[in-house]
Amino acid sequence: MNFKLKNILPQLITLLAVILVFGFFAYNAQVNMENRGIEFGFGFLSQESSFDVQFSLIDYDGSHSYARAYLVGLLNTLLVAFIGIILSTILGVIVGIARLSSNYLIERTAAWYVEFFRNIPLLLQIFFWYFAALRALPLPQDTEPMFGVFFLTIKGLFIPSFVWENLDIFIYSVIAAIISITVIRIYARKLQENEGKQLPVFSISVSLFIFLPLLTFLIGGVSLDLSVPELEQMSNTSFKYKGGLGIPPELIALTLALGLYTATFIAECVRAGIQGISKGQKEAAASIGLTPNQILKLVIMPQALRIIIPPTTNQYLNLTKNSSLAAAIAYPDLVLVFAGTALMQTGRAIEIVSITMFTYLSISLSISVLMNWYNKSIAIKEK
Amino acid sequence: MFKIIKQLTSVVALFAVLFTFTTEAMAAKKSKTLKNTQKKGFVRCGVSQGLPGFSNADASGNWTGVDVDVCRAVAAAVLGDANKVKFTPLSAKERFTALTSGEIDILSRNTTWTLSRDADIGLTFVGVNFYDGQGFMVRKNSGYSSVNDFKDGISACTNLGTTTELNMRDFFNSKGISYEPVTFEKADEVVAAYDAGRCDTYTTDKSGLAAQRIKLSSPDDHIVLPETISKEPLGPVVRQGDSVWEDIVRWSLNVMIEAEEYGVNSGNADSMKTSDNPAIKRLVGAEGELGAAFGLDNDWSLRIIKQVGNYGESYKRNIADTGILPDRGPNELWTKGGILYVPPAR
Repeated sequence: MNFKLKNILPQLITLLAVILVFGFFAYNAQVNMENRGIEFGFGFLSQESSFDVQFSLIDYDGSHSYARAYLVGLLNTLLVAFIGIILSTILGVIVGIARLSSNYLIERTAAWYVEFFRNIPLLLQIFFWYFAALRALPLPQDTEPMFGVFFLTIKGLFIPSFVWENLDIFIYSVIAAIISITVIRIYARKLQENEGKQLPVFSISVSLFIFLPLLTFLIGGVSLDLSVPELEQMSNTSFKYKGGLGIPPELIALTLALGLYTATFIAECVRAGIQGISKGQKEAAASIGLTPNQILKLVIMPQALRIIIPPTTNQYLNLTKNSSLAAAIAYPDLVLVFAGTALMQTGRAIEIVSITMFTYLSISLSISVLMNWYNKSIAIKEK
Repeated sequence: MFKIIKQLTSVVALFAVLFTFTTEAMAAKKSKTLKNTQKKGFVRCGVSQGLPGFSNADASGNWTGVDVDVCRAVAAAVLGDANKVKFTPLSAKERFTALTSGEIDILSRNTTWTLSRDADIGLTFVGVNFYDGQGFMVRKNSGYSSVNDFKDGISACTNLGTTTELNMRDFFNSKGISYEPVTFEKADEVVAAYDAGRCDTYTTDKSGLAAQRIKLSSPDDHIVLPETISKEPLGPVVRQGDSVWEDIVRWSLNVMIEAEEYGVNSGNADSMKTSDNPAIKRLVGAEGELGAAFGLDNDWSLRIIKQVGNYGESYKRNIADTGILPDRGPNELWTKGGILYVPPAR
């Protein structure tokens, strides 16, 4: 009994202290707000927002509610985080492996890239890509199309968009392809474990993935048209593009800056992971006759990933949180739309800032959970 | 003996309690913000991050502008020295939080007076020191000569968290034009983006357009369209709940405007003490006890006029002579065809 109390008491005191501190601040805020005639409540979320947003993934304009504006900002933040994570992972892995290359030029280039981009503050890099790099781009009317259909201008990147017919059939065919590839992979694995035979899984997968959707075009009635952006004159010097898909320059600058910056850290994680595997592993694998590709795929990477994943998770979280710098260059993310415009128009600072904080916390924890789950799935399973 | 001491102490205690109560009651008439300001020795004033003519710092950190002069007037009134002001540059997004949280005591930052701001978020607007309206700036060679020339798909740069953002939507919606709003947190970035060609038009208050135009790479290539799409009465704001402080700021501004009306300026203020006009005498503190109502001495208004000048001097020094808006337009006295009309200081 006594022993139990000794264990619990410090924790109880800590808990009490935490509750007291939070209670003190909450009480203080309440008293101050009452004194200054500020009300607290979330009723404003259902009010009409009456401001527009430049770029939205869902249908939105000022006649929608503040709650909808929040969703617009959240989706835009997730979009940047998603593209940024993919971009930085691809680039990071390439650079990380390049840093271990025996080719002097490649190794030095990768090292320079890492040292350069990770030692300049991110906000400056965002400003650079937005103001310096974009300023160098031509106005819409002076733009020469790339491959005839892409237009990169100061007002954004305009690309052809797809106009689908019977899109659902096409999507079903892709799903079918993915399922059959999974089945084949499982079968191939069993075959190898039981009989030692190897199937050309990769080429089968690729051909299935191409063949099945292609079939729907030929016999499924699926058709695809391209809507190519066309230049339209608004006045003597103002032009815009009609049709196609416009990607705002703010999004391009932001993902580029975030991707290039975070990739340097991921590259170092990858390098550390690969260098963390002892040379003996590679030599042992070579001695039993595995090809260099198989060594990397079957021996080095599975072990290296265990070292790479946890610090890389941190970088993904950093990237997501850093995306809030978007407000500096007018990309309508959560901070700009919700903690910026909506906060200003409603004056609900405490409510909006707490919602925003909880949102970032939830996004970060979700990424963390996902990555921890992945980390567990590749951890050494002792039998 | 012991009993007497006990009785004595209780009597003393009673007096002490009574005394504290009476002084408390007297101090209550004095404003808490005023008390804190006098204790600190400077007025805490929130201004813009650099808007020529309104609040702008030069290379050595001296702030000038008509918004700055409101804070200087308050400092002259309550502290006796117009230079005892601590300026805090704030973005549009930060300004109200800085005021309601008590980081500053006056917000004088080209802020539009609207119902929801006044009633909803713990602020009180005390007056108008500049009557403005929202306009559009475009490139001269664009061929736009009126807002009626705007077409679907036009991109417009502006500041986020401003009434501009809302007016813009109202305007384009009423015209049935689809538009692309590009909103930045800081004015400098709006200017840079518009200058680079990111946007077809830059929209904000017309005074702001005139002031920011100077920052463009070639100001002469840009024009401000003639239409005004909104009312933007700009003025100083204080926290809700300190009515004495509110009155001090309101009347510091009113005194500047009334001084211009009666022809009192920084040069002749002292000699006006012997004027025949009682209104002028009241204004320079030679008659009446106007300062006592705020808990100030009687020379408070004289100090404002002597150290900061009247509204006309402030306008000329900051806005007209700098070439931003030489024509006073609505910001002329009501006696001269404008709409500047303040209640009498009596």
